[in-house]
This record gives sequence, structure tokens and C-alpha cells, in this order.
Amino acid sequence: MANEKAIATAVEPQAGMMTIVAPLAGWLVPGLGHILLKRWVRGGLIFASVSIMFFSGLGMQGKVYGFNVGDLLDMLGFVGDFGNGVLYFLARSMDWGGGAIFRATADYGTKFIVCAGLLNVIAAIDAHHIAIGKKQ
Amino acid sequence: MTLNYSHFTAALVFSLCASVIFGITQRDTKQQMIRYGLYCFGWFIGGVLVAGWAMWFLKR
Repeated sequence: MANEKAIATAVEPQAGMMTIVAPLAGWLVPGLGHILLKRWVRGGLIFASVSIMFFSGLGMQGKVYGFNVGDLLDMLGFVGDFGNGVLYFLARSMDWGGGAIFRATADYGTKFIVCAGLLNVIAAIDAHHIAIGKKQ
Repeated sequence: MTLNYSHFTAALVFSLCASVIFGITQRDTKQQMIRYGLYCFGWFIGGVLVAGWAMWFLKR
């Protein structure tokens, strides 16, 4: 009985921490939330998928939105892009994603980058669900 | 580096990546994840083909 209590008190704080750390890590680095929760394959697949989408978008000359308070679609674009976590900060710091509006595929690239961010947010929420025990 | 994806290749890459994430996040077991991922991928590609043919007929 005393043993069980000791185990429970030892495990609870860690599980509590993970409910916050896993989604944050998952947002910051795609798939890291799942990897911290020992879902190696899922984490790797998420990292690969989000990264491929993000860099394909950049390769297609897509635009990376900065923080703005202008047009509503631009603001939403920023929110989507921000979901990419460290990939977003990398692109902004390296000045990637200027956007080439004269290229038809550049518009696809912009959407790729936004969707990669939104998918990463979904994956981070999934990591949270795993951490709270709602999902295996 | 510039990527020159065709419309279909771009749709293929998008569908593949989105289906993987949907499969992982929307189902619980490994088998269900694979099945749902394939299901989403099929709908993505099917939708692209149907929309493509619809636009071809509209153009004529």
C-alpha cells in the first residue's frame, strides 16, 4: 500500500509535466512530442511529413508570413505558419520564403507552408492526448 | 533551390503528408491508422482526379 502511494507520487508530477511539455515540444519541433512519449515511429513520420511539406513549400517559392495586423488572410497565414515551430523561426531568421507572386506554383507553396503548420498543431494536440491518457 | 512540381505532383506530395498526419492523429491503433491514412489518401487523389476531369469538361 505504502509502496503504491510512493510510486503514484513519483509518477504523477512527471505525467503532469508531460501534459504540457509534450504538446509544446511537439509544436516547437514536429514529432518531438510523440518521441518524448516514446512513440518513435509516429514521431518520425510526423517530423518527416511536416518537414517535407514545409520545405516543398519553400522550394515552390511559397511565402512565409510575418506577424501583421493588416489583411485578415495575412493574419491567418501568419497563424498557420507559426504552427511550424522552429521551422518557422528558421525560415524567418534565414529570410526564406519571400514569395514569388509571378509563379503559379508559389501560391501552392504558400498553402503548403500554412498547412504544414496546421498539421503540426494537430500533431501537437495528439501528443497532449497521449500524455493525458486519452489515447494510446 | 526551386522545385518545379507539376499540379499532380504537388497534389500527390500534399496528399501523402496530410494523410500520414491524419492517420496518426485521428485513430488509436496501428492498423486503424494505416487504414485511415490510406482512406484519406484515396479521397485526396480521387478528389483531385474528379476535379481535374470536371475542369477539363468545363473548358470544352
